[in-house]
Amino acid sequence: MSGRVFAMLRPVAAPVSAEGGFRAALFTPTALVFACIAFASLVVAGEAWAQLRAAGPKPGLLETLWKWTPLLLIGPPREFGGFALNIAVSFLAMAIGTAFGVVLGLGQISIHAPVRRVCWLVTQFFRNSPWLVLLFFVMLLIPFQIRIGGTAIPLPAWLKATFGLSLPVMANVSEIVRGAVNSIPSGQWESAESLAFGRLQTLWRIILPQCVKRMIPPWMNWYAILTMSTPLISIVGVNDAMTLAQDALAAEQRSELLMPMYAMLLLFFFVYCYPIARWTIRLERRYAVKI
Amino acid sequence: MEAVWDFLRHVHDAYGVNLVHFYDGFERGRMLRGMWTTLQLATLCILLSVVIGIVGAWVQGSRSRLLRAVVQGYIQFFRNTPPLVQMYFFYFALGPMMPRVENEYGIPQPILGSFEWAMLSLSFFAGAFNVEIFRSGVEAVQKATVEAAESLGFSRWQIYREVVLPLAVRVCLPALNNNLVNLAKTTTQAYAIAVPETLFVASQIWSDRINVFEMMVTLLTFYLLLVGAFVWLMGRLERALRVPGFGK
Amino acid sequence: MSTWTPEQPIVAIADVHKSFGKVDVLKGVSMDVRKGEVVCIIGPSGSGKSTLLRCVNALVPIDRGSIRVEGQEVHDPAVDKLELRKKVGMVFQQYNLFPHKTALENIMMAPVMVLKRPKAEVEAQARQLMRKVRLDGKEDAYPGELSGGQQQRVAIARSLAMQPDVMLFDEVTAALDPETVKEVLVTIRELAEDGMTCMIVTHEMGFAREIGDEIYFTDRGVIVEHGPPATFFTEARDPRTRAFLSQIL
Repeated sequence: MSGRVFAMLRPVAAPVSAEGGFRAALFTPTALVFACIAFASLVVAGEAWAQLRAAGPKPGLLETLWKWTPLLLIGPPREFGGFALNIAVSFLAMAIGTAFGVVLGLGQISIHAPVRRVCWLVTQFFRNSPWLVLLFFVMLLIPFQIRIGGTAIPLPAWLKATFGLSLPVMANVSEIVRGAVNSIPSGQWESAESLAFGRLQTLWRIILPQCVKRMIPPWMNWYAILTMSTPLISIVGVNDAMTLAQDALAAEQRSELLMPMYAMLLLFFFVYCYPIARWTIRLERRYAVKI
Repeated sequence: MEAVWDFLRHVHDAYGVNLVHFYDGFERGRMLRGMWTTLQLATLCILLSVVIGIVGAWVQGSRSRLLRAVVQGYIQFFRNTPPLVQMYFFYFALGPMMPRVENEYGIPQPILGSFEWAMLSLSFFAGAFNVEIFRSGVEAVQKATVEAAESLGFSRWQIYREVVLPLAVRVCLPALNNNLVNLAKTTTQAYAIAVPETLFVASQIWSDRINVFEMMVTLLTFYLLLVGAFVWLMGRLERALRVPGFGK
Repeated sequence: MSTWTPEQPIVAIADVHKSFGKVDVLKGVSMDVRKGEVVCIIGPSGSGKSTLLRCVNALVPIDRGSIRVEGQEVHDPAVDKLELRKKVGMVFQQYNLFPHKTALENIMMAPVMVLKRPKAEVEAQARQLMRKVRLDGKEDAYPGELSGGQQQRVAIARSLAMQPDVMLFDEVTAALDPETVKEVLVTIRELAEDGMTCMIVTHEMGFAREIGDEIYFTDRGVIVEHGPPATFFTEARDPRTRAFLSQIL
């Protein structure tokens, strides 16, 4: 009861922030609908513009966009590319980044000072370098194939790009792990020690299981950031959705197609990333309550 | 200085470490202009995105549902789409629709060049995060403090400017710091629309001079120094804003 | 407004209703406060005392009824809230000083920014007020460096700097340590002795008895009874008042 009274008091008491409930209510699936409507209106506006300046009969904008959609989504036939490649790269880079990041993060809390310092340095280096520079670094300085024994293993561009994107993810996962472990009260360590657990045992059996919940929301947040960074691989020549959209635009040579095409690309990412963001916020709230 | 350049020239000849972008006057000039462009781009983006954040957080506290929904839509859109595609959208899709002006040779050119578009799109991208950051700071300000200001007869804007914002900034400085560092790093993305910033210039030099590794080390050092300098500045700001007995 | 004369009540509250959602906080409250009078409002928590003060200062809008300050209707949408708040000063339970400003700046802010008075003049007045609340020497301290009692006295000085005609005190000692309660009460008493009109919501019965010209007892959104302290504390008629007083005294 008192909670409800408080909720009603809020808008009266302070005009500065009265919108909390409103925001939560409005921006759930509605936002997705809004995004689609915004996209549709862009297409319609472009269509009208095209009709006005049309010299000869041309296929409609929507028709043209529809024609290119499969290419943008899954790439050219018998080749892996497009938005599906963006997603695949994001999965793989996240997996690599997480695996190395956890190791690096645990290194940052090692009891051996040299290990701790090296891991800290590596983390800071990759955390503070621009993604695009790291991507170039990997693309240009890792050979296109490696030789193990007599066999040559080819390293396709997309794989190298994935590795390049996983480096900053690694550094940030490392920070997440360090932060989460440090957030566990020292009493947990002490009580485990008093029960004769070893340091590794304490870490694996007692500390890390408590950390996992805290690590999931920031980890998901970094996944979303990573996904939204995958178009960077178009700059280094990988056939992702961005590259293919530019190819399509070059093939069509129609200026009225520019806005809808880029808008469609934005929409792909929005539809994929927005639910992740919502989900992250929900998890954050849920885990924030019970500390 | 000449002695240093001569030494680097010697290092190149003797060991093959090609630091031509230091000892060669022409390349050095290119490199420095690129760094200067990065500095300008980063500074302008930081300022503009902070302004967007402050104004956005103010609008989010407004009584108009429509205004709040517009800001919320802006935040969600820019937060959940790739900044690179945003930049392309601004530059390639919106750019051609802008009016053209004649330059001093009488040739029509777009009113906004690639630098301006990069600045705008990056500022709007980081600004969306800044709005959320400032809003969380604003929400951390005690309602009672606002009420006291109201009872003293301050107007809504005065309260925001004199009481809420100064307190909110102190609360959200660490998060703001993070986002602005991120923004400074993201300026490299302007490479994609050929803004002659550091990465772009570096790529020109390494294709001309085939010294990829040396350029990469220089680039990474430059950005680490840039981020370090910014973090140091923000640390000084944080200390300057510290109020005895407030916070921890 | 022009019809108001100092003989009439400076604050006239008539049949005020206020609800937050389904909860009725004020259910027809009426009271008159004359110039120079000190009114103490007592009653159990949640009886609507604080809400009533907030309504007088237009921090909270009312649903029905009327509140006039110097003859001017407070809840008239056309009312100049600035004019109102120049006349009515308010001190809060949690002091609510601006933590990023020094004690002196806290006092000076409103006169300089709201009333647009010259800074030098305001500073002289602010220093005088600091002496009046016995805090000279603490001008440059930040709120975080002051004790609760000291902060509360700065808050009183901050309100006085606006030179109000009426002062509202909302449980100003409730958040203080017992040792520092006294210093704040002394400040308020001195104010009352200077002839300031005060409306005081308090739990300090001894203080109310000593300083009040009229005591009001509220319970569940209504005024149960009122009277001068000499009779109120000894001859309360209503059983609710008696129960409350027996608990607290």
